[in-house]
Amino acid sequence: MQATKHIKKKLTKAALSVVLLAMAVVFLFPLILTVINSFMREQEIENSYSMVTSSSGEQESVLSGKYANVKLIPDMVTLTQYYTALIKRTQFLIKFWNSLIIVVPIILGQILVSSMAAYAFAKLEFIFRDKLFFTYVIIMMMPFQVTLVPNYIMASGLGIVGSYWSIILPGIFGTFGVFLMRQFMMYIPDAYVESAKVDGASQLRIFFSIILPMSKTGLAALAILVFIDNWNMVEQPLIFLQDINMHPLSTYLSSINSGEMGIAFAASTIYMLPMLLIFLYGENYLVQGIQLSGLKG
Amino acid sequence: MSALLKTGKKYNNKTALFFLAPSLIGFLIFFFVPFVGGLYYSLVDSPVGGNFVGLANYIDLLRNTVFLKAGYNTMVFTAIAVPLNILFSLEFALLLNRRIYGRNIIRMGFIIPLVVPVASVVLVWQILFDINGSLNAVISSLGLLPVDWMKTDLARIVVVIVYMWKNTGYNMVLFLAGLQNIPPEYYEAADIDGASNWHKFTNITLVYLTPTTFFVFVMSIINSFKVFREVYLISGAYPHDSIYMLQHYMNNKFASLDYQMLTSAAFIMAVVIYILVLFLFRIQRRINSTIGG
Repeated sequence: MQATKHIKKKLTKAALSVVLLAMAVVFLFPLILTVINSFMREQEIENSYSMVTSSSGEQESVLSGKYANVKLIPDMVTLTQYYTALIKRTQFLIKFWNSLIIVVPIILGQILVSSMAAYAFAKLEFIFRDKLFFTYVIIMMMPFQVTLVPNYIMASGLGIVGSYWSIILPGIFGTFGVFLMRQFMMYIPDAYVESAKVDGASQLRIFFSIILPMSKTGLAALAILVFIDNWNMVEQPLIFLQDINMHPLSTYLSSINSGEMGIAFAASTIYMLPMLLIFLYGENYLVQGIQLSGLKG
Repeated sequence: MSALLKTGKKYNNKTALFFLAPSLIGFLIFFFVPFVGGLYYSLVDSPVGGNFVGLANYIDLLRNTVFLKAGYNTMVFTAIAVPLNILFSLEFALLLNRRIYGRNIIRMGFIIPLVVPVASVVLVWQILFDINGSLNAVISSLGLLPVDWMKTDLARIVVVIVYMWKNTGYNMVLFLAGLQNIPPEYYEAADIDGASNWHKFTNITLVYLTPTTFFVFVMSIINSFKVFREVYLISGAYPHDSIYMLQHYMNNKFASLDYQMLTSAAFIMAVVIYILVLFLFRIQRRINSTIGG
């Protein structure tokens, strides 16, 4: 009796695991397909997908009688697409570089600016603190359709539309980092700050030698979340950068025409590679960062 | 606790200002000042030397069929995608919270889409949902008529699927954290009382997940506006009518530098979002006080 119950439990567990694993594979499918296709020859890509038309524009699509054929095993594994994307057609590397130029300053700037502000919100008492923090949270909640407009008005006032600064500066001062780091610093016991004060440490010293080192996990989580969000950026370049040569890889990839699908797969794989590496290295930071954003304070 | 601090301590305004300054200056320059300044643009008839026209721009905007269509599409999308997304991520979190084989690998599978840039998987969506795409290959092999996914109202479904693919992981992580914060003693006590699984689910799990669910709900609504990325990258600046979003409208207004319409649209959206967020927080506070969370 006890034994059959045990077996039944194990079977349910196994069945559940198989179903969930299948779901996880479905979620991973777009990645898997992109990576596999990036190792195929141009001809093979052409044969499999040439009937896929552009889905933009007003014109009706037409049935060609042939359907795209998803292939998970290449006829021949080749690195030609990578060779083309990395060495022969340098614009892909340039766009990759553009992505970095935009994202890296935003991450570094936001970490510094927001950890300082977060310290004030989490550990200092000052006038209008809660009202100001509420304003920050409301701004954080506003979709970019709302915040892009003030950003643009100011950028054109400062004459920086068309330069990377028009994207980087608003990115640095986004309020998400302040919110996240405040949530994290709230969990640092006040006693650390108090005893340092008794020892005569200045506020700057407390911040740099106690709070920041204790916030390493939070900072890593913030860096990863900001990286993810900005690496995926689409709206800002479309509005702020008229010069297509300055665009990041994200918007550039969508402008590749269908004749170059092979290269696009290789470029797509290169584009997601930094994110995948960061994920493998920092999955726990990412998960903690998400959980932190969900804690009410 | 916070009341005690307030009475027991004096304000430390100077130090606070020092730490706040960089953030505050940037916040004022890039968000607050232009936002308030934008109010001016929304009330005049021309950005340079315009005359005060009151709410005329807002009335124009609310009569503009393209804006209304974009707003309607965005709302329909949010109304479908957000509840679906919450249901799925809650379900996955509940299942993953049990002891199953390969738990970490499965969890990873759901989270990875979160880090993958939309642009790098756009080709896959095009291959799947094109009229000559793989999905239609399956449909026609079943003897059914192929469908034009991206050029009919069905495009909405495609956008919902693509959105769910990317956003399920985030909510799932939040729900998992919420589940792990429920003290196991509650379940043990219920077991002693001989409560059924369903009873435990509705009276313990769901009740104590309510704060998480509210947060997930608010964030999902906010994030649902980001679906423009997917739509734009798959279908460009002029997609099928049913998936022409608010951001498409805004982009076109940026292209023509129509400040009056842009600022009016931004203000209308800001007010809607503000009311929504306030309303949700109020409900959350009420629920928290009833369950003592």
